Amino acid sequence: MDSQTVAVRHEEEIAHHEGEHPHYLRHHFETVEQQKEASSFGMWLFLLTEIMFFGGLFMAYLLYRNWYYDAFASASNTLGIGLGTTNTAVLILSSFTMAMGVYCAEKRNRRGLLLSLGCTIILGLVFLGIKSIEYHEKYVEHHIPGASFSIDDFVHPHDKRDIALDPSTAQHAQIFFFLYFAMTGMHALHMIIGVSILFALFYKAWHGAYTTGHTAIIDNFGLYWHFVDIVWIFLFPLLYLISRHPLH
Amino acid sequence: MASHPTLEDVHHEHHIVGPKTYGTILFALLCLTALTTGIAFVNLGVFSPIAAIGIAVIKATLVILFFMHVKYSSRLVKLTVSAGLFTFLVLITMTLSDYISRAWGLW
Repeated sequence: MDSQTVAVRHEEEIAHHEGEHPHYLRHHFETVEQQKEASSFGMWLFLLTEIMFFGGLFMAYLLYRNWYYDAFASASNTLGIGLGTTNTAVLILSSFTMAMGVYCAEKRNRRGLLLSLGCTIILGLVFLGIKSIEYHEKYVEHHIPGASFSIDDFVHPHDKRDIALDPSTAQHAQIFFFLYFAMTGMHALHMIIGVSILFALFYKAWHGAYTTGHTAIIDNFGLYWHFVDIVWIFLFPLLYLISRHPLH
Repeated sequence: MASHPTLEDVHHEHHIVGPKTYGTILFALLCLTALTTGIAFVNLGVFSPIAAIGIAVIKATLVILFFMHVKYSSRLVKLTVSAGLFTFLVLITMTLSDYISRAWGLW
C-alpha cells in the first residue's frame, strides 16, 4: 500500500516534470539554457581543433613565403583577383543568410528558415563553382605542382611589369601552388561537407524540425559555417592580395 | 533549488540577434572586402601585408562577435574562443622565434 502510493507519486512527479520542460531537454541538464550552453561550448571546442588544423597550414605558408619570397610574389600574382574578391563577397553573403537562418529558427519561422538555408546552399555552391573555374585555370596554365608544372610563365612573364625569375627560383613557385591547393582545397572540403549538411538540415526543416524551440543543431551548424567563412577571410588576402607590390 | 546556488551564474540570459544587426555587419564586411582589394593595388611597401591582415582581423572579429554571437555569449564561451586564439598565437610566435633565432647554414 505504502509502496504503491510512493509509485503513484513518483509517476505524478514524472508527469509534472515532463509538463514543465520541453521534450528535447535531456535529463542530465537542469534547464534548456544549460543544455544550449553545453552544446555551444562543445561546438567551440571542436572549432578550436579546427583553428589549430588550419593554423598549421597558415604557419607553413608564412615560413615558405619568407623563404622563397620572389617565387611566392610572382606565383601569387597569377591568381585572378576578380574571382577571389567575388568569392569573398559570395561567402560573406552566405554567412549572412546562415545567420538569418539561425534567427528564423529562434523565431520559429519555418518559411524564413527554409529560405535562409536554401540561399546558403546556393551561395555555397556558387563559391565552389567559382573555385573550380579557378582550379581549371591553374590546370590550363600548367601551374599545378608536380610533373606537368611549367616554369615558363615565371621565367618569361607575359606582363612587362613582372620580374623574370631565374629557372631555379621559378621552381619554388611550385611550393606556393602546393600550399595554395592544400589551403583552398582543405577550405573547399569544409565547404563541401557544409553544403552536404545544409541539404540534410533543409530536408529536416522542411518536415518541421528546428522551429519548435530546439535550435541547437542550427546554431552549431551556423558556428561551423561562420568559421569556414573566417578561414577564407584570411586566405583571401594572404594568397591573392599581399604580393601585388613585392619588395625588392 | 538551494543545492544549486551557482546556477544563475552558469546560465546566461539568451540574446537573439536581429536582422538589423546582421544587415549592418554584412554591409561592413562587404565594405571592408572592397577596401582590402582596393588597397592591394596601392603600393604601401612593407605596410601592404600589414594593412591586408589588419583588415582581415577586423572582418574576422565582426564575424565572431556578431554572426557567431560571442558578444552576447557567456564568459565560458568567451574564454574558450580566447583560448583558441591564444593557442594559435603561441603556434605562430614559438615557430617564428625558432626560425628567426637560428644560425641558418652554420651547423
